[in-house]
Amino acid sequence: MLVDTHPVCDAPNELKQKESYFSDIKYLIVGALFGIVFVKAEIISWFRIQEMFRLQSFHMYGVIGTAIVVGMISIFLIKKFNIKTLNGEEIIIGKKSFSKGNIYGGFIFGLGWALTGACPGPLFAQIGSGFMVVIVTFLSAIVGTWTYGLLQKKLPH
Amino acid sequence: MLEFIKQPWHWSIAGIFIGLTVPVLLIIGNKNFGISSSLRHICAACVPANIPLFKYNWKKEIWNLFFVVGVLFGGFIGTYFLGNPSDIQIASSTMQDLKALGVSDFSSLMPSDIFNFENLFTLKGLFFFVIGGFLVGFGTRYAGGCTSGHAIMGIASLQWPSLVATGFFMLGGFVMTHFGLPIIFNLINK
Repeated sequence: MLVDTHPVCDAPNELKQKESYFSDIKYLIVGALFGIVFVKAEIISWFRIQEMFRLQSFHMYGVIGTAIVVGMISIFLIKKFNIKTLNGEEIIIGKKSFSKGNIYGGFIFGLGWALTGACPGPLFAQIGSGFMVVIVTFLSAIVGTWTYGLLQKKLPH
Repeated sequence: MLEFIKQPWHWSIAGIFIGLTVPVLLIIGNKNFGISSSLRHICAACVPANIPLFKYNWKKEIWNLFFVVGVLFGGFIGTYFLGNPSDIQIASSTMQDLKALGVSDFSSLMPSDIFNFENLFTLKGLFFFVIGGFLVGFGTRYAGGCTSGHAIMGIASLQWPSLVATGFFMLGGFVMTHFGLPIIFNLINK
């Protein structure tokens, strides 16, 4: 069984140098730009997610596909030219280990994605956009994550 | 210029910006792109309850919480300052399918006949907010990531487990849309 040994599996902080809260504001700014894109390209829309799962529009496939290609080229260039972080550290990309959770958990998330019209990122942007009832969805997602933590050892991995 | 920004953006523009988040986070602070981890940090910070998954130094990962608060602000700015003044234009086939299920409001990004506080203590609220949110939180943590961590960061760094996870995200979505939603709307509309 695979137990999550890495402190954070999907978005680890690999920076060795310590950062102050003031320095963390740069992530808030990147997040804000990201949130603006979410709204402007209507990725936070429940309708766009429905179009995607009904195969009736290319929009979401275009967004995700382009993002993957741009990310791939970027990582390729970072490796090829051995690009360092701004403070000169080597860039580290976290390894994603396979577990059956990728299958079961992935499927469960997919069910929720079609209901809420949101993956975790858009949840925050939906709330910011004034759909205040999504706060309930968000709290429920926290309960879901917590429940997974509680049951982790009993679930197949 | 502002008028130009206010129009809905093309998928390729959005895709480029979202894809660029990957190298930007890596270069400014050696951060791997991922969002669902924020839910875990919130659990670790607020109710760790001695559960192993939540016993770690979440303060080291606090950048992730700054990032999602930024996404929330971005949602606000994008809607209230750069918002598209016209109705959302969705595929007419999707609109027809949703009308057949009983959705009637197509004016904004979310159908107000579902995403409304009045529905909170009804069956609609139970399915679309409570159960939907729970499945998102439970599923992403069980899968070890969401659309950002797996579909974008994972596939872009050529990691096959992320491709598997993304395939099952999509499968879950198809099953809910084509088999689950007709049943749920049938219950709701009774």
